[in-house]
Amino acid sequence: MATQDLARVAPARSFDPVATRGEVEEFLVNEAALLDEWKLEEWLALVAEDGRYLVPSLDSPESDHRAALFLISDDRRNLGSRVKQLLGRATWAEFPRSRTRRLVTNARILEQADDWVKVTANFAVWRFQHDATDCYVGRYIHLLVRGPGGELMFRERRAVLDLETLRPHGKLSFIL
Amino acid sequence: MEKVEPRDFIVDDRENGTFRVNRRAFADPEILETERREIFDRTWLYAAHVSEINTPGSFLTRKVGGRPVIVTSDALGKPHVFLNSCPHRGNLVCLEKSGSARALTCFYHAWSFDLSGKLLGVPDAEAYTPAFKREEMGLRPVPRMENYRGMIFVSYDPDIVNLESYLGDAREYLDYMIDFGGEEVEIVQGAQAYSMKANWKLLVENSMDGYHALSTHQRYFRQYLPDIGMDPAAWVGANRTMGRGVNLGGGHAMVESPQRPTPLTGSAKAELDAIRARLVEKHGPDRAHRIADYTRNLFIFPNLILISLWHTVRTFYPLRPDYMEIDAWALFPKNDSQQLRQKRMDNFLSFLGPGGFATPDDVSGLEGCQRGFATMRELPWSDISRGMGREEPSSQDELQMRAFWRRWNALIQGKRGPTDCADRPERRLAAE
Repeated sequence: MATQDLARVAPARSFDPVATRGEVEEFLVNEAALLDEWKLEEWLALVAEDGRYLVPSLDSPESDHRAALFLISDDRRNLGSRVKQLLGRATWAEFPRSRTRRLVTNARILEQADDWVKVTANFAVWRFQHDATDCYVGRYIHLLVRGPGGELMFRERRAVLDLETLRPHGKLSFIL
Repeated sequence: MEKVEPRDFIVDDRENGTFRVNRRAFADPEILETERREIFDRTWLYAAHVSEINTPGSFLTRKVGGRPVIVTSDALGKPHVFLNSCPHRGNLVCLEKSGSARALTCFYHAWSFDLSGKLLGVPDAEAYTPAFKREEMGLRPVPRMENYRGMIFVSYDPDIVNLESYLGDAREYLDYMIDFGGEEVEIVQGAQAYSMKANWKLLVENSMDGYHALSTHQRYFRQYLPDIGMDPAAWVGANRTMGRGVNLGGGHAMVESPQRPTPLTGSAKAELDAIRARLVEKHGPDRAHRIADYTRNLFIFPNLILISLWHTVRTFYPLRPDYMEIDAWALFPKNDSQQLRQKRMDNFLSFLGPGGFATPDDVSGLEGCQRGFATMRELPWSDISRGMGREEPSSQDELQMRAFWRRWNALIQGKRGPTDCADRPERRLAAE
């Protein structure tokens, strides 16, 4: 039986995956380090040209960004602008910049397709600014693809918060 | 600290053009108590939109004016607003955020109610005496509820004037906020529930403050707009478009400007032109012009803001002098195409909400004001006098805020009759 046929009868492929769990974990913790260090241009390079950064509204965590109002629904162009703004001098919400510390755990592969892999991981992002401590808790649901050089990249980067409201956090001004 | 009497919180010298607010008004717990009693318990408060309970048997719960309420659509589709507390012993009757049900049951002793509030079931009811009036033990409606074109308002004052009289001159502009799409509007799924560590009146001011836009929101105008290929000149250039600030009476107020290019007017030009043509057909050219060719931030006293640039509805309520909860939604035409709906949401999110390119900077600004108020013994006054001598103050001036403060000032002193909220420069001009 040809490899192609095997793939057809076994959609949950145990071979030739887009990424292994080990690779996914390494990708996620490196990403978290870039964000905590505010290396946002390097971080942006992890997002594919058709990539999107999504944070659903807290009352509609399962919803589709085309049908429901999200907190953040950036295409690559808006995300590029977001990074520029955050690195600029007029983003008062991040002036001075928050200190953040991300704990990313429980990474799992949810689904493998021919050219993408759907992964999830839990996160707790601690944020410190103006003598306040806020914790943003939730899970990531990402679609990862291989970039031109074989590196993993985001096609969709979704951060689903478990918080019921953004109180007392008030704002979501850094990249979650 | 020396005691400031409520009558001393505002210095309003119309003759000389001085308007100051004592910063104690933003920080004093006693003032918040007075505000709850004299303002929030005596005004009309926005509660919900009928589109949120659009099928018979649907319900939602939220807080309005500090009380937990249940908003329902009964079996016949009639909207109700009830206090969310069991008439028996007080437990919250409904614990879910929203849903659909034939009956709501308080889990404490299993009393159940239908969605018109009627008491349905009381376990072991034979234990009650004839003095127990079952028909009086239904869910308690809020003292007043009125539905203005789909917007449900409530009041905890049983004697308040009807909603249309209360809205007064603001009503026409509220109509524009509803009519802009040429058809019915609905609240889009996805609420923005956030907060600010700031006094609620700072958000009243901020929500209709043209003056702060260029400095606080420069990243939106000078970075984001060019990043998506737009020329920000109409917003930030030397000949930028200016609007006016308007006192609408009763504490209601507005800033209004001729329509300027936004991400939406660029991306959805054809659709918006078609809607404008429909508006002309439906309302005639004059009214269509007033609806479609201006942008407005409309403030309905004491805590409702509608902003036409993004079609948002925003309300807020103070839990403490230095902390408020904010709820905001998008109010969009029901039958927009999928593409137009998406463009409206993108436009909304580029500016508004906790993750937008503007609102977080307002959060930081207002929280910064509140932290600054710790100096109020040495620096007791905020100045809100911009444009006080002008016959028609601009949207960069502060008449619209003075209109709010004058009504606030009257109410916290227990003056419940009409308030003159205008600057009245004409009187001074006539005397000169």
